[in-house]
Amino acid sequence: MSIIEFDILSVVTFLPLLGILLIIVVDKEKHNLIKGITFITALVNFLISLNLYRDFDVTTHEFQFTTNVPWIRESGINYHIGIDGISLFLILLTTFLTVISVIACWNDVKEKVKGFMICLLFLELGMIGVFVSLDLFLFYVFWEVMLIPMYLLIGVWGSPARRIYAAVKFFIYTMFGSLLMLVAILVLYFYHYSVTGIYTFDLEKLYQLSIPAGVQTWLFLAFALAFAIKVPMFPFHTWLPDAHTEAPTVGSVLLAAVLLKMGTYGFLRFNLPLFPEATLQFVPLISILAIIGIIYGAMVCIVQKDLKRLIAFSSVSHLGFVMLGIFALNIQGLEGGILQMLNHGFSTGALFLLVGMIYERRHTRMIEEFGGLSKVMPIYATFFMIVTLSSIGLPGLNGFVGEFLILLGTFKSHMVYAVLAALGVILAAVYMLWMFQRVMFGEVTKDENKKLNDLSLREIIVLLPLIFFIIQIGVYPKPFLSRMDASVKHLISQVELKTWKRNATEGSLVHLADFDGVSQGE
Amino acid sequence: MEPIIPPILNLKILFPELLITVTALVILLYDLILSEDKKTTLACLALLGLAVSLVYSIIMWKTGVSTYAFNRMIVVDKFTLLFNSLFIVASFITILISINYIKEEGVNYGEYYTLVLLSTVGMMLMAKANDLMIVFLGLETLSISIYVLVGFLRTNVRSNESSLKYFLLGAFSSAFLLYGIALIYGTTGTTRLPDIARFIENTPSLLSNPLLLAAVGLLLVGFGFKIALVPFHMWTPDVYEGAPTSITAFMSVGVKAAAFSAFLRVFLTSFSTLRAEWTMILWILSVLTMSLGNIVALVQENIKRMLAYSSIAHAGYILVAVTAGGDLAITSIIYYLMSYTLMNLGAFTVVILYGKRGEENIHLSDYAGAGFKYPFLSAAMAVFMFSLAGIPPLAGFIGKFYIFSAAVKQDFIWLTIISVLNSLVAVYYYLRVTVIMYMKEPVKDVGKLSFSIPIVIALLITTFFTLHMGILPSDYLNIAKQSIAMLLL
Repeated sequence: MSIIEFDILSVVTFLPLLGILLIIVVDKEKHNLIKGITFITALVNFLISLNLYRDFDVTTHEFQFTTNVPWIRESGINYHIGIDGISLFLILLTTFLTVISVIACWNDVKEKVKGFMICLLFLELGMIGVFVSLDLFLFYVFWEVMLIPMYLLIGVWGSPARRIYAAVKFFIYTMFGSLLMLVAILVLYFYHYSVTGIYTFDLEKLYQLSIPAGVQTWLFLAFALAFAIKVPMFPFHTWLPDAHTEAPTVGSVLLAAVLLKMGTYGFLRFNLPLFPEATLQFVPLISILAIIGIIYGAMVCIVQKDLKRLIAFSSVSHLGFVMLGIFALNIQGLEGGILQMLNHGFSTGALFLLVGMIYERRHTRMIEEFGGLSKVMPIYATFFMIVTLSSIGLPGLNGFVGEFLILLGTFKSHMVYAVLAALGVILAAVYMLWMFQRVMFGEVTKDENKKLNDLSLREIIVLLPLIFFIIQIGVYPKPFLSRMDASVKHLISQVELKTWKRNATEGSLVHLADFDGVSQGE
Repeated sequence: MEPIIPPILNLKILFPELLITVTALVILLYDLILSEDKKTTLACLALLGLAVSLVYSIIMWKTGVSTYAFNRMIVVDKFTLLFNSLFIVASFITILISINYIKEEGVNYGEYYTLVLLSTVGMMLMAKANDLMIVFLGLETLSISIYVLVGFLRTNVRSNESSLKYFLLGAFSSAFLLYGIALIYGTTGTTRLPDIARFIENTPSLLSNPLLLAAVGLLLVGFGFKIALVPFHMWTPDVYEGAPTSITAFMSVGVKAAAFSAFLRVFLTSFSTLRAEWTMILWILSVLTMSLGNIVALVQENIKRMLAYSSIAHAGYILVAVTAGGDLAITSIIYYLMSYTLMNLGAFTVVILYGKRGEENIHLSDYAGAGFKYPFLSAAMAVFMFSLAGIPPLAGFIGKFYIFSAAVKQDFIWLTIISVLNSLVAVYYYLRVTVIMYMKEPVKDVGKLSFSIPIVIALLITTFFTLHMGILPSDYLNIAKQSIAMLLL
């Protein structure tokens, strides 16, 4: 725990705060200065976070770049942060997409710029905080803190019609889950005390705990509810289409790309290692809900008239895949799940940006209002095509790698689930390609569409990095997978060993043989 | 038999109360010779008196004074000193926010400050009481001053109405308390708290002694009224709405904290052996109080009424910790009262700042569009609302967190679940204020707000502590913890 390591992760987490303080003192009419400060803060933060990638030690599953200082000493609450192969990429995704978001909203946000930029940076702080926290109390604080800026982004800068409804629904839904999680956290805390005599919220210490199966079930459910709402899993997904549809473009991008990942991340970081027996017990339930989400989400997508709503529901479907992968509980499934979290961030982020761009021009997102756009806006259509194909899972693009690994992992553990989930891949092709056809091909039927400008240089700059990663992960995913390996293996062994220790006689769902994963060739 | 042989009088340890009383009397006299436009001097005098006794109380707290006075009718320990400091701070901030307000409302009389100070003395006595008679004395000193203060807007019908309402119901509840004390005396032969405890030790169950049962019940009603527990809360919304806003602020924090301090001491000292029996009643009362407060607050359109119901709900949360019991619970109650005092006073400060003579602007819709018109004022209001809602990293969250911890620790899991669901309901109406401020277009021109210096200071103090207590709660928790460590029971 040298000073330099201490600096870097804390700096990445709290640098946005510096930006916020700078913005507060700037006059609210100086829009360009405010945007400039936000951009530079986000960019610097991204560049610093790249050091995490560079210096990341792939050989260990231990938490890296850790800092552990007491915060509320009497209650065993520490400022304990650190990352492993699971959170590394989520942090990079956050810092990366914040930069993209600032450029993307440069011209979109015309009023209350100061407040918007403060919210954006505040959101970045909250999101990174969630991914670095290794103390349950700290985690809970960030988890809640991040609600406020997102709530304001939707409620203040959202589309006028139903933004308040959507914002409040988003807030209340998430709060509901997290408050029950708070009770579970407290139960866990006092259980740890009753066993060891030590008050601590430290995750690494709580990992050592062996909890009776009955208690595990309840704790698992309380945590899972909070995360399932966030993911969102069927049937807790109803806040998502509203929030996405009403949020400003950048809000949707960050909501889809990062906020939803907090749910799946929560399962990986807390539910699996803390409650391994309950995890095994709930594999069927979660998997079936995930499959329902995949198929239901896809089917609802087919009938959507609003582009943004369609993409929102496609998130339900995609995140269903992630959940399925995680609960396959083998290396392919888990790595596929984590990779798919990133993929979804890139693809869906890009899709929301693309929809935002056309919305800026036409002030509508209704599919029927478009048609033949590929003739008017060829560059736009090209970008849209690549992202669409990535979302469908075309080999060579990122979506394929993730979905393939997930299906592979699921097939190994539960063949039936994999077969059912594969239906979702087909349906994805149906709704995405049909949407693409209606928007891009055919005659230009509406007069308003005839004079649309193609993408500006700024918009191309926004999209190119995303396209780069879409292709990069599709062609050569190893740099990503290799950094996850150690952590994922450790996670599996945590689930495996703790349950195995208890009922040595019963076989568990995971076999050590699974450890020879596809990404073994490091 | 008694290890400590107390001096008959110990005036030194009552210095804070005496100083405030003297200040109050000086203000009363000085007011007579002071010309109309110089009344602010009186406020300064009051603030000075409070500041000195605050410093004195803090010094006593630091040195760990722990002793009795007045033939053991008064007890001074860290617990009482902490509560005293809390009352003084509440009173201090109340005076800061009143200076401009009573001028605007045309009731700039010196008696106002005298009464605020005297009610503060009443609160301090309640916390220091080691005898039910002192509890009653403090309660009456406090209440009578507050009855007058509630009706201080003489020409305002609503203010008069609420004063009368509060007086009638308050007198009624005082009678309950007094009757309870009489029955206690009848049963145990004493009103001294430790002696009552000694008598009760031999009582196997409340049911075996109907007189005692009635006494405990009557005391509960008396305290419940002042704390505004459901079903003794009926007066709260009307009185809070009609009273001058500065007094509403004072009542919502000061009176409540004072009643809780006496309630805790009486129930934890005298009736602690019968815990199991009154815990069940408190369980029900806390659930009722939280739920009713929160649910009714949802539909309020007047911010003062909303905050009135919210204060009922907060009393419910505190009662959760009382129900749970244990060191952690009392620590959490103290922390909660500290944080609640500051954030609630802060919220009322904003309400006062937002109104002016003749136009109180207390309808929620009046706040529409305030968010970007008065960015700092609204940001402060948002901080108070989020804090009251219990969103981290603000003081209100830490308070709730420790109360829930205390409940979970004692295995009151269902009570905790009901409480967290209640705070979910609460999120909705606190959020609504921010929704209106930031997301609605203004419907009414509220005119220019007058940011006078004292009220801005009050706003800065309350905002600072709401943030500081939330982000770095260690010191405050330590203070709370130390205060109960030496509790003279």
